[in-house]
Amino acid sequence: MPDTVTRPPAPLVEAAGLTKSFKVPRSSAGTTRLRALDGVDLTLERGETLGLVGESGCGKSTLARVLLMLDRPDQGTLRFDGTDPLSLRGKELLAWRRRVQMVFQDPFASLNPRLNVAELIGEPWRTHRDLVPRGGRDRRVRKLLEMVGLREGDARRYPQELSGGQRQRIGIARALALKPDVIVCDEPVSALDLSVQAQVLNLLAELQAELDVSYVFISHDLSVVRHVADRVAVMYLGKVAETGRTEEIFANPRHPYTAALLSSAPAPVGSEGTSRQRILLRGEVPSPIDPPSGCRFRTRCWRAEDVCAEEVPPAEAHGGDPTHTAACHFPLEPAHPVPPVSGPQRG
Amino acid sequence: MSTTREAAPPSGAAAMEVDRLSVDVRTPEGTAHVVRDVSFTVRSGETLALLGESGCGKSMTAQAVAGFLEPVADVVGGEIRLNGSDLLALSAAARRRLAGPGLAIVFQDALTALNPVFTVGTQLAEPFRIHERLSRKAAKAKAVELMERVGIPEPRSRVDAYPHQFSGGMRQRLLIAMAVALRPSVLIADEPTTALDVTVQAQIMELLHDLRAEQDTALVLITHDLAVAAEHADHVAVMYAGSVVEAGPVGDVFADPRHPYTRGLLDSVPGSRNRGEPLRFIPGNPPDLRAVPTGCAFRTRCPIAREDCATHRPELSETGLGRAAACHYWKEAAHA
Repeated sequence: MPDTVTRPPAPLVEAAGLTKSFKVPRSSAGTTRLRALDGVDLTLERGETLGLVGESGCGKSTLARVLLMLDRPDQGTLRFDGTDPLSLRGKELLAWRRRVQMVFQDPFASLNPRLNVAELIGEPWRTHRDLVPRGGRDRRVRKLLEMVGLREGDARRYPQELSGGQRQRIGIARALALKPDVIVCDEPVSALDLSVQAQVLNLLAELQAELDVSYVFISHDLSVVRHVADRVAVMYLGKVAETGRTEEIFANPRHPYTAALLSSAPAPVGSEGTSRQRILLRGEVPSPIDPPSGCRFRTRCWRAEDVCAEEVPPAEAHGGDPTHTAACHFPLEPAHPVPPVSGPQRG
Repeated sequence: MSTTREAAPPSGAAAMEVDRLSVDVRTPEGTAHVVRDVSFTVRSGETLALLGESGCGKSMTAQAVAGFLEPVADVVGGEIRLNGSDLLALSAAARRRLAGPGLAIVFQDALTALNPVFTVGTQLAEPFRIHERLSRKAAKAKAVELMERVGIPEPRSRVDAYPHQFSGGMRQRLLIAMAVALRPSVLIADEPTTALDVTVQAQIMELLHDLRAEQDTALVLITHDLAVAAEHADHVAVMYAGSVVEAGPVGDVFADPRHPYTRGLLDSVPGSRNRGEPLRFIPGNPPDLRAVPTGCAFRTRCPIAREDCATHRPELSETGLGRAAACHYWKEAAHA
């Protein structure tokens, strides 16, 4: 592969122009369409964590479902390690599904109470029969228990005997059982207490270092995203408002929505951000059934002008870092300029 | 044992004093001591955060104070003095007369706290009808006024709408409107923003803040979120396994925690460490409240526990100006 010397390898996942709408009942009569995703571009490198942030209705869960191929996009392309999952059918699709797994938000609702821990961890092999030979499964379960920090004795216990943190470890072990390339973590720690949350975040980081697995990390908690993500995509009403390296986004938000979101979250304890200015947005997120024309954020934006209602702003780099883009006609000036980094951030 | 009495500078009169409040819950597996000897004072115009993780007793404390305990829970000791009178010593009717207008609570889940079959106007007018004996028309006018005050657009047309026709943030505003209708001297907000998006969260906290200043209310903010407490409270009482383990001015407590649990919580916050570095955490889980460890309830997870922590329960005692901690070795916790 002499090619790779001259240009960086293609990302593990590359999505372009993803659009997905759902039929929903209209308040009067009949149905209308809710556009949950509207032209979303996204890349994910091997071993990288991409944080997806945004408020309810922004499309982050739909995006996760599309990446998992639980929903097919209406438009757009998806490349996954050289293949096009959208073209796969039947057995090929089933085999592909192994490679993208999910960790759910609620460890109390996502585990079958009738299965013990060993059965829960081994359950994915009922579908993907050839992955682990039958004779090696007990050993593999023990190994997975060890990897996620559970004891061998926990194998015969049932989820209701375990704490929230322990249950979330089982959810992670289930995802890992299929040796995936990507794990979509949908609010994986938001149901956990702070002291337990830290344990699970550490575990996810250790596993990534060991296995080179990529994470799509969905969270409403900006301090968690700041800690775990290499890059962040900020979503608003079905579109990516801004994306870039985590430090860049937090230090120099260019999209007014990002700035407002960052300033709305209470300052993490002990952080330097005590002197920052709070941007209090008016109103709430408009309905995705009838989103504003042009820039979707304009109805709550303090910088909006006439052009914002007429033209959809394209995602563009506004500073020295070409990987940091914001979809805004009037982007903010950088608050704390960070020297641009050249080349891919991670191998 | 008032935890915030010595706090400087005292800004208002003590609106409510909770003194050695204890609550038991009967379960099939035994009695759980969910609140044990909890004491705190909250002053007019001030915010006290009751901070802790799930099961620490913070919501149970709020429910006991508001008089909304479930039938399986009983107050087994203590006093709750609202503007000087002990609510627990009053008859049910007398308590309603006093606490109805004087003490209000805002719940976390605004959808279940509102009645789905009545218009919001009817529900907002109710406190005025009952406690001020206003006419239907006058009470409705008051309801519209309140809706306007809490930032609900077009209150005149929306006063006849039902709760499900409002968004989550607007429903939370309605609950706050109901709670502050009679200008209570104490307002308890139980995780008022946990179910909301962050930009809406900020608006709701701003509203509570403004109302507190306008009405000189004493605000008790029940939260699990350290950042919310840091930003919005004047004083904090940190709870663990049913007891207050540390209390004081919020800035002092977070800058220099004097209980190992408080320190452990602060260390667990993402952002307290550099990216890529592992977060610190508290090993283990909070105890089952039916079988709390002897002595100090935190000792099984504590990095500095010694033998006498198992035999002597530490009392919440003064560690400095306006500050208190329930730890035999708080001096070490401060420097751990």
